Amino acid sequence: MPDMKFKLKIWRQKNEKTKGSFVSYDLDNVSPDMSFLEMLDALNKRLVESGKEPVAFDHDCREGICGSCGMYINGLPHGPVPGLTTCHLAMRYFNDGDSITIEPWRAKAFPVIKDLIVDRSAFDRIQVAGGFISVTAGAASEANAILITKTKSDEAFDSAICIGCGACVASCKNASAMLFVSAKISQFALLPQGHVEAKARVRAMVQEMDRQGFGNCSNTGACEARCPKQIKLTNIARLNREYYKAY
Amino acid sequence: MNKILFSAVSKKFVMALAGLFLLLFLPVHLGINLMLLKDDPQPFNSAAHFMATFPLVKVVEVLLFLTILIHVVYGITLQIQNWLSRPVRYEVSNRAETSAFSRFMIWTGGSVLIFLIIHFFNFYFIKLGLVEGDPENFYAIAWQLFTIPGYVILYWVCFILLGFHLFHALQSAFQTLGLNNDFWTPVIKGLSLIYAIVVPLGFAVIPLVIWLIK
Ligand code: SF4
Ligand code: FES
Repeated sequence: MPDMKFKLKIWRQKNEKTKGSFVSYDLDNVSPDMSFLEMLDALNKRLVESGKEPVAFDHDCREGICGSCGMYINGLPHGPVPGLTTCHLAMRYFNDGDSITIEPWRAKAFPVIKDLIVDRSAFDRIQVAGGFISVTAGAASEANAILITKTKSDEAFDSAICIGCGACVASCKNASAMLFVSAKISQFALLPQGHVEAKARVRAMVQEMDRQGFGNCSNTGACEARCPKQIKLTNIARLNREYYKAY
Repeated sequence: MNKILFSAVSKKFVMALAGLFLLLFLPVHLGINLMLLKDDPQPFNSAAHFMATFPLVKVVEVLLFLTILIHVVYGITLQIQNWLSRPVRYEVSNRAETSAFSRFMIWTGGSVLIFLIIHFFNFYFIKLGLVEGDPENFYAIAWQLFTIPGYVILYWVCFILLGFHLFHALQSAFQTLGLNNDFWTPVIKGLSLIYAIVVPLGFAVIPLVIWLIK
């Protein structure tokens, strides 16, 4: 495949306090095999070479597991391909000459820090409130001491693969964090180890979620549709059940 | 206590319960309305009279009003909070694959509310003595209203919007109550579709039949 050209329209914002705006860039010589982040690297290289400020964006693993590379691409969190994070999104999924609008996640609970980077520490605070199991540190316990069926462990794993990227919040019309929180609740609710603190956990996490200013779930399902890890709405139903059980 | 009653999950729980109660009431109302199709005003008027006077029905009536109020107040509160949770909108609007019925609940619900208010002026407030009219002859009032083309069109539009509202409402209520699995969810979705078509259609055919009879 020959190299591609794109018209980029990117949100630029100096810091939390200043007002941002969109800036357009023409970028050519983009290899179709580049990832979306590599395409932005190429743009930044050019910006730096011409003495301009590069576009700030969050990234770390570049292999779909850290959850930091979220950006809102042409109206879709993580871009057009379901089940992919922005770092896994290859430029060949776009057409040569496409206009691409890139925005940061928009939510009251995720303030923009710079350009495309938002502060997702609201998620950390929810996790700190209850997204853990208290264990005695020391030698690892015998793995088969508590038996768990394969189905249950698979189900718990399917919830545990949430990478905390925030795409669910970004795509939800209400900026609700229910899919994220429900995944974090489910991974424990499905395993015996999680039952001990189940009630306190769900109360604390829901309370913290509310305090962070996320919206309310309206069962619309945009989160499920756009979650790169394909976390299911059944998790939210489970979160609701866990919550009712806790009172 | 506040945290329990007004948490993101509890508010939805209240919405769902209130909504389900209203969903139970609609077919009852439809059953009575279908008596409008009889030439004899008596059955409809007696049913209306029964609904207005029987003590147990009175209790249900108060409950119904409270439910509507709670559903509306909670619905509006949730919506305002939801709007406030995204103070800066996106430049490109969201293209995530979701059903339009679920996205426009506040608007479909709002239209139904407006219709409900008109409806109260036409009937319920007469019974309460707030608006002039004969509370013993709702049959005549209904027939009279159905001769006004503008009213019938508004009536139809509102019932179509009610259908849109109900289609998401029923399935959404079960999700909120925590029921979502591979077996029941498709069944509930199917039932939501049937309910959302049959009930509003039942209401909508009444003026049509009355026109044809005349
Ligand atoms: S639920 Fe999905 S979209 Fe939401 S944070 Fe987890 S991985 Fe990201
Ligand atoms: S950079 Fe880690 S998930 Fe994309």
